[in-house]
Amino acid sequence: MSPTETLLLQNGRVIDPANQIDGPGDILIENGRIKTTGDAYSLQCPENGKTVDLQGKWLVPGLIDMHVHLREPGEEYKETIASGTKAAAAGGFTAVACMPNTNPVNDCQAVTALILSKAREAGFARVYPVGAISKNSAGTELAEFGELKQSGAVAVSDDGRPVANSQLMRRALEYSGNHDLLVISHSEEMSLSKNGVMNEGALATRLGLRGIPRVAEEIMIYRDLSLAQYVRRPIHIAHISTRESVALIRRAKEQGCMVTAETAPHYFSLTEKAVGQYDTKAKMNPPLRTQDDREAIFEGLKDGTIDVIATDHAPHSPREKELEFDQAANGIIGLETAVPLTMNLVRDNILSPSGMIELLSLQPARIIGVEGGSLSIGSAADITVIDPDKQFIYTKERVVSKNTNSPFLDWEFTGKAVLTIVGGKITFSEIEGIG
Amino acid sequence: MEEQYRFPHKHILGIEELSSQDITFILNAAASFQEISRRPIKKVPTLRGKTVIHLFFEPSTRTRLSFEIAAKRMSADSFNISASTSSATKGESLIDTARNLTSMNPDIIVIRHSSSGSPHLLAEHIGASVINAGDGTHEHPSQSLLDMLTVREHKGKIQGLKIAIIGDIIHSRVAHSNILGFTKMGARVFVSGPATLIPQGVEEMGATVCSTVEEAIDDADVVMALRIQKERQFDPLFPSLREYASFFGINKNRIKKAKPDAIIMHPGPINRGVEMTFDVADGEQSVILDQVTNGVAVRMALLYLIMGGEER
Ligand SMILES: [Zn+2]
Repeated sequence: MSPTETLLLQNGRVIDPANQIDGPGDILIENGRIKTTGDAYSLQCPENGKTVDLQGKWLVPGLIDMHVHLREPGEEYKETIASGTKAAAAGGFTAVACMPNTNPVNDCQAVTALILSKAREAGFARVYPVGAISKNSAGTELAEFGELKQSGAVAVSDDGRPVANSQLMRRALEYSGNHDLLVISHSEEMSLSKNGVMNEGALATRLGLRGIPRVAEEIMIYRDLSLAQYVRRPIHIAHISTRESVALIRRAKEQGCMVTAETAPHYFSLTEKAVGQYDTKAKMNPPLRTQDDREAIFEGLKDGTIDVIATDHAPHSPREKELEFDQAANGIIGLETAVPLTMNLVRDNILSPSGMIELLSLQPARIIGVEGGSLSIGSAADITVIDPDKQFIYTKERVVSKNTNSPFLDWEFTGKAVLTIVGGKITFSEIEGIG
Repeated sequence: MEEQYRFPHKHILGIEELSSQDITFILNAAASFQEISRRPIKKVPTLRGKTVIHLFFEPSTRTRLSFEIAAKRMSADSFNISASTSSATKGESLIDTARNLTSMNPDIIVIRHSSSGSPHLLAEHIGASVINAGDGTHEHPSQSLLDMLTVREHKGKIQGLKIAIIGDIIHSRVAHSNILGFTKMGARVFVSGPATLIPQGVEEMGATVCSTVEEAIDDADVVMALRIQKERQFDPLFPSLREYASFFGINKNRIKKAKPDAIIMHPGPINRGVEMTFDVADGEQSVILDQVTNGVAVRMALLYLIMGGEER
């Protein structure tokens, strides 16, 4: 990363669940690390440094999005590692884990190395590649987990599609243990979801759209939890969207299964009604569900059944999105709206501020086993400043990502990231005089 | 008809958007257009100078022909574009096609497309009025309107009737439009067929689901059988056509359950011997041919009304 600054972040509300801190304080950054921390106005800034007063703002460990699609290599017209990580920085993220469904698929050292080098070059965020479970994500042979791990992958997944073959999934869970790689499951029983384009039910029927039943997700989660429990390996379930998925994971945790799970902001912010009159910006997989599912997601976030909020950031160009609904691609961008959407849950008392930071920083760091997630003295200065009161409208013009396929365009928000620091380097700033 | 009423729609995207008042108004207009079809010179100058494009992405003979005849009888200039799926596979999207059509300055585009919602997409990107001539498994409003017209002709009303719709409800845009339409007009709609062909939540559209065809037909005023759309089946939804015909097909015996003066309908084309036996399809109670005749009148009414209903 490029040169870092000496920076005194003063009098912010320090929210650091790893150290059980939530209160006013100062943080001094030097040489890319957190040099010291202290009470508000207790620290002095060295002569060569800058001081920022963060009265009214939250000072939190850098946010980590463990589920994004950066599209490079292969689909650079949708997003590049540079544009995607720039969007991450604008959304308050200091690190992202990128899924392997690029072209070529990230199933080997060469692709992992390319991603890492492009990420270093861009310098907007730490990028943690997720390798493929199977070669070319074709679902037949295991990818070379050892090589992937050595070249820098933090997890494996065939995300975008499920591992349909149960035996292969079992082998992946077993073999991932040799290389200490997390297996991330995109849980979908394809024989039930095939050709579906939105949540199955009365609304899909009325729109004449083929439904994706919730059981397509739940059956596969059940299978993967059973396998993980059976071979005693951890598993992470991506993008859960239904009430029963939450219940399955809650029960598995009670039974001692080493499962973690994520949901995406759109599953707690929207319901299938967002499809409206065939709005392809509300098309994703798994699909938006019902208010009842949304409420179950709230409960899962509240009681810790869901460990992580991850965006499933999935840029697509108008070429894939301005189409008939059944022809359009799945997925929406999410990096720039995750903080404001999660802030809505804080304001509705579904999450505490500290709970929000656990979901967006501490837990993802722990689950994928990377640095970050805390504001401990000596750790890398990956820091996000959130202004909980800042109002803004997410217009098409302000989108940083290369594409604008978001159902949240023109939404009015309160609360957003205003300063993002990665290893002491400012990657995004809306604070005057800084960056 | 109330004095104040003006037809409020620029597009005909579905029965869903129409009120019972709109439907009554369309049916009345259609009834008056039927008179034109009986004249020796079946042509009025109403839409002279207007351009109608028939944009068909799916093969269709009857619906396209019916719309073409309607446009001709109204003296509109009409063009047929069988876009098939070839332009789509060449990478031209529906929106591209729409933009290219704008150069022809069309007043009305009649679209049939295999994707639900494509008329809505077209309407968003083009200035012309759009008529949905069948979109995916969503709606087929002109077919539903002609069905309602046919029922009203034979029964004198729609309100209070029992309508049975039998067969492939899940893939049938005609069924979807008819459930909405007949319900809006005060009829009761009962559906039956293999459970694999009954969509989730169809009750919320106003239909009552019956597990046997007999139950659905019982005391019905109208029995409508739907085409088994083999081309839309992604997976085996019932064991065989033979089994379908024997448990869900409309035959002489089953018809006895309905009112003695019940009428038999089918949106066509019929798989005779599957959805309906030959004797029923061609029998006294069948009004299938009237459906075809009424199609032209309904489509004339739609063209006329969305052009503002002027110059009559
Ligand atoms: Zn996925």
